[in-house]
Amino acid sequence: MSKAVGAERFSTDIAPPGCLWAGARRAGVPHARVVAVHTREARALPGVVAVLTGADVPGANLQGIVHKDQPVLVTDTVRHAGDAVALVLAESREALAGALSLIRTELVPLPGVFDPEQALAPGAPLVHSGREGGNLLAHALVEKGDAPSAFAGCDVVVEGRFETPMQEHAFLEPPNGTARMTRDGGIEMTASTQAPFRDRFEIGHALGLNPMRVRVRAPYLGGGFGGKDGATVQCLLALAALHGGGRWVKMCWSRGETFLAGYKRHAARVRVRLGASRQGTLQALDCAMLFDSGPYAHLAVEIMALAMEHAGGPYLIPHTRIEGSCAYTNNPVGGAFRGFGVAQASFAVERAMDSLAQRLGMDPAELRLKNALRPGDLNCAGVPMESPAGAAECLEAVMAHPAWKERDAWKAQAPACKRRGVGIAASFNAMGYGRGLPDAAAAKLELTKGGTFRVFNSVPDMGQGNAAAFALMAAEALNQETAAIEVVQPDTRLCLPAGSSSASRTTYTFGNALLKACGAMREKLKARAALFLLADEPDRLAIRPGAVVDEATGRSVSLSQIGSMLQRDDRICIDQFVMPVVENPPDTGKEFRLGFPHRMYSHGACVCAVEADELTGQVELVRCVTAVECGRVFDSLGVERQVQGAAAQGAGFALLEDLHVEEGLIRADGLDRYLIPTALDLPPLECVSVEGDEPTGPHGLKGMGEVGVHGPAPAVAQALEDAVGLVARRLPVNPQEVLEAMGGEKP
Amino acid sequence: MSGMVTLTFTLNGAPVRIETSPGRRVVDLIREDLGLTAVKEGCGSGECGACAVLVDGVARLSCLMLAAQLEGREVVTAEGLGTIDDPHPIQAAFAAAGAVQCGYCTPGMTVAVAELLARNPSPQRHEAREAISGNLCRCTGYVKIVDAVMDAAQAMGKETK
Ligand code: FES
Ligand code: FES
Repeated sequence: MSKAVGAERFSTDIAPPGCLWAGARRAGVPHARVVAVHTREARALPGVVAVLTGADVPGANLQGIVHKDQPVLVTDTVRHAGDAVALVLAESREALAGALSLIRTELVPLPGVFDPEQALAPGAPLVHSGREGGNLLAHALVEKGDAPSAFAGCDVVVEGRFETPMQEHAFLEPPNGTARMTRDGGIEMTASTQAPFRDRFEIGHALGLNPMRVRVRAPYLGGGFGGKDGATVQCLLALAALHGGGRWVKMCWSRGETFLAGYKRHAARVRVRLGASRQGTLQALDCAMLFDSGPYAHLAVEIMALAMEHAGGPYLIPHTRIEGSCAYTNNPVGGAFRGFGVAQASFAVERAMDSLAQRLGMDPAELRLKNALRPGDLNCAGVPMESPAGAAECLEAVMAHPAWKERDAWKAQAPACKRRGVGIAASFNAMGYGRGLPDAAAAKLELTKGGTFRVFNSVPDMGQGNAAAFALMAAEALNQETAAIEVVQPDTRLCLPAGSSSASRTTYTFGNALLKACGAMREKLKARAALFLLADEPDRLAIRPGAVVDEATGRSVSLSQIGSMLQRDDRICIDQFVMPVVENPPDTGKEFRLGFPHRMYSHGACVCAVEADELTGQVELVRCVTAVECGRVFDSLGVERQVQGAAAQGAGFALLEDLHVEEGLIRADGLDRYLIPTALDLPPLECVSVEGDEPTGPHGLKGMGEVGVHGPAPAVAQALEDAVGLVARRLPVNPQEVLEAMGGEKP
Repeated sequence: MSGMVTLTFTLNGAPVRIETSPGRRVVDLIREDLGLTAVKEGCGSGECGACAVLVDGVARLSCLMLAAQLEGREVVTAEGLGTIDDPHPIQAAFAAAGAVQCGYCTPGMTVAVAELLARNPSPQRHEAREAISGNLCRCTGYVKIVDAVMDAAQAMGKETK
C-alpha cells in the first residue's frame, strides 16, 4: 500500500537537508585522447565545492563486475561518448549545472570503431590500445556431438543471419544515490542498485577503500531490469563523498545522461544453420554469435556464455557447434538486461525454426513441439534437463489457446486495408549464476520484542515483488499473519551477504535461505516456549498466529512474551543457501570461468497476433499470450505480473525500441525519441501458467523474472511473415519494411 | 532576494504561502521545498507522466510547469488523494489489483486516473488505456493498471449511490 499511495521512499526521495550535489561531465565524443581537462573556471564559480578529474581518483580507478577495465573518471583515453571526464561537487543543482558547462576539455579525436565485425578486422582502430587480443574481448566454443558431419546427413538445412539491436532499460527511476564520508574515512550510501553487497567491493577496488568500511543501502528500486546491476552512480558518488567533508552528497542522472552512460542490452549478430530430417527431427545446429560489448567488458563475456547455452532454443538437437565472440567498440556500454543474452539467441533460433517449418511444409507449432526438450534430454550445450522441464507443456498450453487454435477464422475477418497474421515461439531461460561462483544468500530473521518478525532481506526488490514474496513465505512458514512480518530492505550493515537481484534468482536463492531460517526459528520458538509452558516435549507445541500453544494442556504463551524475555542474539535466526550446480558439467565451453552452464531452466511459449496496416505499414500487436513454467506457482498474481511486464518489454523490443546509434552516438536519447510501449501500444497481455515442481526450490518454485521477455520478438516476426510475407531478420521491425513487403505482393 | 516572488496556492487542501523564484520547476518546488515526494521525476521533459499532479482538477506535468503558474490554483498530489491508512479508492484498487510493481509510475498514474474518473465515472477499458497513455510504466504492461481503473470506477460508483 505504501507504493500505491506514493508514500514509499525511493533512493531518489532521500535528500538530507543541506546536501551537496554531484554530477559528471561526459565526454560527448566516442573516441579521443585526453590532452587536458580545464577546471579552473568551473572551480571559481560560487557554490562549487570541488572539481575532480582522473588524477584525483585514489585506488585503481577501474570498475567492472568481473573484468575491471572501466575507469571511474577517464585519464588518458575517452572510449565512448558517455565516459565521465570530470566530477563536480556543488552546493546546489544550479551551481552544479553551471560548473559542468564551464569545464573545458581538450580532446584529440581518435578514429573509432562502431561495428563489432569491423572491430575484429585487421587494422581496425583499437579501443584499448596495446591490448593483447586487440578488440576481441573473448571467444568461446560450445559443442556437442559432431555438427559438421551431422549436416551431411540432414534432409533439409536452413541458414540465416539475424540482428538484434541495443535496448534501453528505460526504468522510470534514473540511477541515483546519496552518500557521505563517515568519521573513519569510510562511505555510507543509499543507492538505486541491484547489488549492494557487490557494490562495496566495486567501490573499494576502484577507490582504494576497505570495502568493509563501505555501507550500502538499497531501498525499493524504481525499476532495474539489469540496468542497475553494476556500478552506475556508485563509484562516482563515493568519490564525490570523499571530497564532501562529511556532508551528504546526492547524485541523480538525468534521463539524457542515463541514455548516454547507462548500460544497454548488447546488440548481437547471429548466424544460424539448422538441419533436420524430412520428418522434422532436428539433427544439427551451427551457430556463430557476435556481441557488441561497447568499450568495456562489463558483463559481455557472461552474457555471451548464457546466449551460447541457449543458442539451440528449448529443443533437442543432437549435434551442435556454437561459437561466440564479443568485441570492443566505441559504442555505448553493453550490459545486463532481463534475458541476459538469451533474448538475442532466442530471436535467431526461433526465426531459423520458422524457415525450417516452411521448408518442410510443417506447422511451426508442431515442429517446435516435436523437438521440445523433455526431462532427461541434453540441451544444445550438453546440459541434462532436470525434471520438470516444461517446454512441451508451455507449447501445448498456447497451442490450445483460442489465439492459436482459431487463428484462421480470425485472419479471415481482417478489416479492409489490414492484414493479419499469427506467430508462435518457445523459449527457455536458465536461472541463477551457473557454475564458477557460489550463487548464495544468507537470511536473517528476528523475533521482535513485540512478538512480530523482521526479515532482513539481502536482495533488492526492483519491482519484481520479491520482498512481498519473502513476507508471504515467512508468514506461511511461521504460521503468522503477513501483517506480523516486516521486511527490512537490503543494508550491507544490517543484512547478511547475498548476490545481486538478477538472473531470476532472488526468490529461489534467498527464499530457500529464508525458509531454512524460518525452520530454525520454529524450533527456537518451541524450545523457548517450552520453558514458559513447562512442557518437556517441545515438539508437541504448536505455533499459532501470535502465540505458541500446548495443545495437550491448552496453555499458551504469546510471541510478545517470548520476544520480550529473550536477549537480542537469541531472538535472531540465520541460515544460508547455495544454489546447486550441474553435477557433471559437459566437456565444452572451457573458456568460461563463470556462469556456464546452469542446472535449472524456466520455460515459456508465446503466441502473438498482429495486424498490419496496408497504407502505413504500422503493425499493431492485437494479442499476446504467454505460457510459462517456472516450477510450482506460489503466488499466481506475482507470476502474472512478471509475465506481463516481461512481455511488454519483449513487445517493445520487437516493434518499437531503437536507439539509432550512429558513429557511437545515440540519436534517440530521450523518451521522446526512444519509444517504449504506452498503454495504447499493448493488447491485454494474457498469461497461462503451467504447473511444474522444482524439488530444490522454496515451495517448489524456480525463478521466472526473465523467461517471458523472449517470446514476443520471434512470435511477432513469424506473425508478420504470416500476414505480409516479410522475412524479418532484424529488430525492431519497422513500418517501412512492412510496407515494402506488402508492396511486393500488390504492386 | 531579488527576483523572488511570493506564491499562494492550495496544496492537498491546505493553503501554501512560499517565497520562490518564479522560474523554479513545480516538480522541484513540490518535492524539495515542500517535501512531497510522491511526485516523481522520470524524464524531466514531459514524456513519462511520473510527475503528474492535479492543478484545478486537471492532470498536469509538474516538470514542465513553472512555480509562478501555481498562483491561486488548487494543487493535488498523490498524497492528497489518500494515505496508507486512508487510501483513495483508486489507490486501494491499484494495490488490490497488483497494478503496482516498482511503484515509481504509480503516483502519476493514480493522478491521471483521478482526473479520468472525475470526468467519466464509468469508463470503458479503451478509455482507461487512453487516459493513462501519457504515463509510461516499464514494469506492468498496463494490464493490471487498467484492471485497477475499472475496479476503482466500480467502487467509486457504489460509494456515491
Ligand atoms: S518527469 Fe515530468 S513527464 Fe517525466
Ligand atoms: S510499476 Fe514500475 S514503472 Fe510502473
